[in-house]
Amino acid sequence: MSAFIQLDHLSKHYRDNVVLENLNCEVREGEFVTLVGASGCGKSTFLRLLLGTESVSSGQLLMAGKPIEQEPSPDRGIVFQRYSVFPHLNVRENVVLGIEFVESKWLGRLFGKRRKDALAQADELLAAVGLEQARFKYPHELSGGMQQRLALAQALIKRPKILLLDEPFGALDPGIRKEMHELVMGLWRQYGLTIFMVTHDLKEGFELGTRLWVFDKVRVDPHAPNRFGSTITYDLSLNSKDKALKIAALDEIKGRLHTADRTE
Amino acid sequence: MRRLINLQPSRVLKAALGIIPFLLILLVYQFNSDIRKAENEQDRLLPSFTEMADGVRRMAFEPSQRTGDYEFWEDTKSSIKRLATGIAIAAAIGLIVGLAAGAIPLISAPLSPLITAISLIPPMAILPVLFIAFGLGELSKVMLIVIGVCPFLIRDILQRTQELPREQLVKAQTLGGNSWQIILRVILPQIVPRLIDAVRLSLGAAWLFLIAAEAIASTDGLGYRIFLVRRYMSMDIILPYVVWITFLAFTLDWCLLKLSRVIFPWYHAEK
Repeated sequence: MSAFIQLDHLSKHYRDNVVLENLNCEVREGEFVTLVGASGCGKSTFLRLLLGTESVSSGQLLMAGKPIEQEPSPDRGIVFQRYSVFPHLNVRENVVLGIEFVESKWLGRLFGKRRKDALAQADELLAAVGLEQARFKYPHELSGGMQQRLALAQALIKRPKILLLDEPFGALDPGIRKEMHELVMGLWRQYGLTIFMVTHDLKEGFELGTRLWVFDKVRVDPHAPNRFGSTITYDLSLNSKDKALKIAALDEIKGRLHTADRTE
Repeated sequence: MRRLINLQPSRVLKAALGIIPFLLILLVYQFNSDIRKAENEQDRLLPSFTEMADGVRRMAFEPSQRTGDYEFWEDTKSSIKRLATGIAIAAAIGLIVGLAAGAIPLISAPLSPLITAISLIPPMAILPVLFIAFGLGELSKVMLIVIGVCPFLIRDILQRTQELPREQLVKAQTLGGNSWQIILRVILPQIVPRLIDAVRLSLGAAWLFLIAAEAIASTDGLGYRIFLVRRYMSMDIILPYVVWITFLAFTLDWCLLKLSRVIFPWYHAEK
């Protein structure tokens, strides 16, 4: 299969502040890439480039051979750490909104039979994320984990090609995080998604993805910390069944990240 | 002994403590009124409660000898009508302009500086302009309220709109919403409860402008009445009117809060 997402000498800087520098990579359709690195390493910036809320400074970011659209669009779903759901709509309405936007151009709202059909579709997805019991609740009545489930269902109703996850489980308890991991893995397989997930948690990155990217600075100027940007220092395939190899890699990366933290 | 900052009054005590200042004021008033009445039977400055009750009875429950109306209720009706019209127009303008400017940068760019400048004009200073432009009728009084509270409402709604989490707007775009749909389905419904908050905050100013306009040019209304009877030093009418105005203001504010709680429970749970 040819490359689905292509990074070609991609750089991103804000005036003098270089964030990302010379990224070259290819991602095939259906991969699950986890992005880790110290805070401020540009992994979230990269996600925003994919999302289209930020634009590339130089080089190219291609999706299916074409430059990625400079605006958020339905082919790239997103789940943020917070504020991904709409507080004024109940669970069902939150999910149905994605259908209503398409089918009702002026009102953004469906009525009668068309609404019924849309609701049936939404209910199906809510069942897939385990929220069918909470259909009529409002987001403020849901726990953090349930809100993230809802955000996932909301994104999936658009059948996106790419799902972007920006530290989606960062605010959740460890036990709930475990459940969410299983859910995401299940959805990834079921819907054939290409996932990019930013995470703080190196272990999470290792457990979930098929591929792990570590963002780090190769060159550091102690007098001008913003002169050089981060790049992908490790591009690790996690498909291998060799656990020992994985653990060795994990330890090495951990050591690297720690020293990087200290010098900063 | 626990620290003073940690001592909480019980519910009953708290309620009692809340009532005491009101009772004290009434007592002090009664006491001073009695002293003045003892010196001069005809004293009008601090009328007794019986005199005030009599004043209210004459105004509210006896038709006026001049017009045959029950003036107290007529005044209330005219004032509330002006206030409600003014507030409704101001809220509508505030919502539409504030929302448009808050959601669309290309609209806020030319509008924001203008609104800031307008909001700095003291509305009372242009009251003469309003009288000249709109005449001495209802329109100029309503316009004073509109001009007085509109800039505040616009600025507040603009800010509330911009305060909505950026993530929500990005999410809505990934759900396929166009600008109009996002404004209609995501921004507007979340701004309406905030509009009610803003209106509640602006009610005090609205009453001020209403009474000022009525005092200067009117033939009825609560503000007109208290300024009219001032000529006869009729404190027995002025004081009940002030209490009535306060009660109306309180009721209006309370109704808006209740309304907001019933229609937008998610908004109040969030806070």
